[in-house]
Amino acid sequence: MTTHEIELKALMLASLDGDSASHRTLLERLSRRLRAYYKGKLAGIGRGASDAEDLVQEAVLAIHIKRHTYDPAEPLTPWVHAIARYKLIDFLRRTRASFAEVPIDEADRIMAYDDNVDAESTYDVKRLMERLPKNMRCSIEAVKLEGLSIAEAAARCSISESGVKVNIHRGLKALAALIARETRT
Amino acid sequence: MKTDDLVAFLSTNPEPVDRSSVVRTLCVALAVGMVVALGIAFVGLGVRSDLMTARALIFLVVKLAFAVGIVSLTLVYLTRLARPGGERKTPSFLIAMPFLIIVFLAAISLGFAPTSHWDKMIVGDQWLECLVSVPIIAIVPFAISIWAVRRAAPTNLARTGAFAGLLAGGVSAMAYALHCTDDSLPFVAVWYGGTIMLCTLAGAALGPRLLRW
Repeated sequence: MTTHEIELKALMLASLDGDSASHRTLLERLSRRLRAYYKGKLAGIGRGASDAEDLVQEAVLAIHIKRHTYDPAEPLTPWVHAIARYKLIDFLRRTRASFAEVPIDEADRIMAYDDNVDAESTYDVKRLMERLPKNMRCSIEAVKLEGLSIAEAAARCSISESGVKVNIHRGLKALAALIARETRT
Repeated sequence: MKTDDLVAFLSTNPEPVDRSSVVRTLCVALAVGMVVALGIAFVGLGVRSDLMTARALIFLVVKLAFAVGIVSLTLVYLTRLARPGGERKTPSFLIAMPFLIIVFLAAISLGFAPTSHWDKMIVGDQWLECLVSVPIIAIVPFAISIWAVRRAAPTNLARTGAFAGLLAGGVSAMAYALHCTDDSLPFVAVWYGGTIMLCTLAGAALGPRLLRW
């Protein structure tokens, strides 16, 4: 087992317990690895950095939303890789590209796209959130954007605390679906 | 939007996660599916009238053992397949065991019977009813197991769909066994095994469409 795996798994276990700092470090480190993965894969079919960044964010969102499916008895890296791969295949299917389209003479473009850690995706979560139902939007804004506690959010949105939790969970899933639709080109 | 912003957004106040939720959701789905299937079989078909005779009980146990074997193996498979990458460590051949065993037993029982009885033993009286009932009873359990798997994150959708179909088929066969009066091992092998496999194929075909996330 690599040191990466050991560190990432420790972060994952802490983040499953609700540790915010670990969750953040985990997602940051995974997004770096995902970026390298997707840029490598997408470069092969001549797609640019913003596509790769869309995918990185889709995968990060999926990792967050589906983190309850991680089995702590198993190593983390294969779990992340399975999600990354699934989202790549889903993306290629959605955008009607396929591995068969891989152009061979795209080396120049690959090099040209090589340093864009600051690349932005083609959508904006805050803008997409306007399309969510009121309770979902209110809960997510309060807890995820303004950092209020669940209790404060419940008071603000005038729903119950468990209602806030459910609305955040459903809202994030709805956001992920909106993003997937948005990136269909 | 920058990925860092998304990460910051997601890691503000993350909820602690219930680690056993995948397994628990599947178990709940199985339990609800069973209740629904039994309900449909009771109300729609009724329990066989000779249930309390020894021969009927023995064959009920055989049919249930076959179905329960399938259902419990499938549940184990689904708890793995429902997780990302779960298909990689999960060789599918073990699930063939209940089918192989029932076919083996059916072959033995045919071997001991005179050839003239073979038709009756294989085709039985109610083969058409079995062929129709098992898939129909399986519909609701199938929908429930798809619901449960969708709450997780399968990455091999066809195979996961197939196992969801298999679970539903097994549950349905359990319920149908209470009604079915065809008591022969070859009948169970052909018609129970066949209809359960039909459910499996339907699940494999529907999986990629129903399970996308």
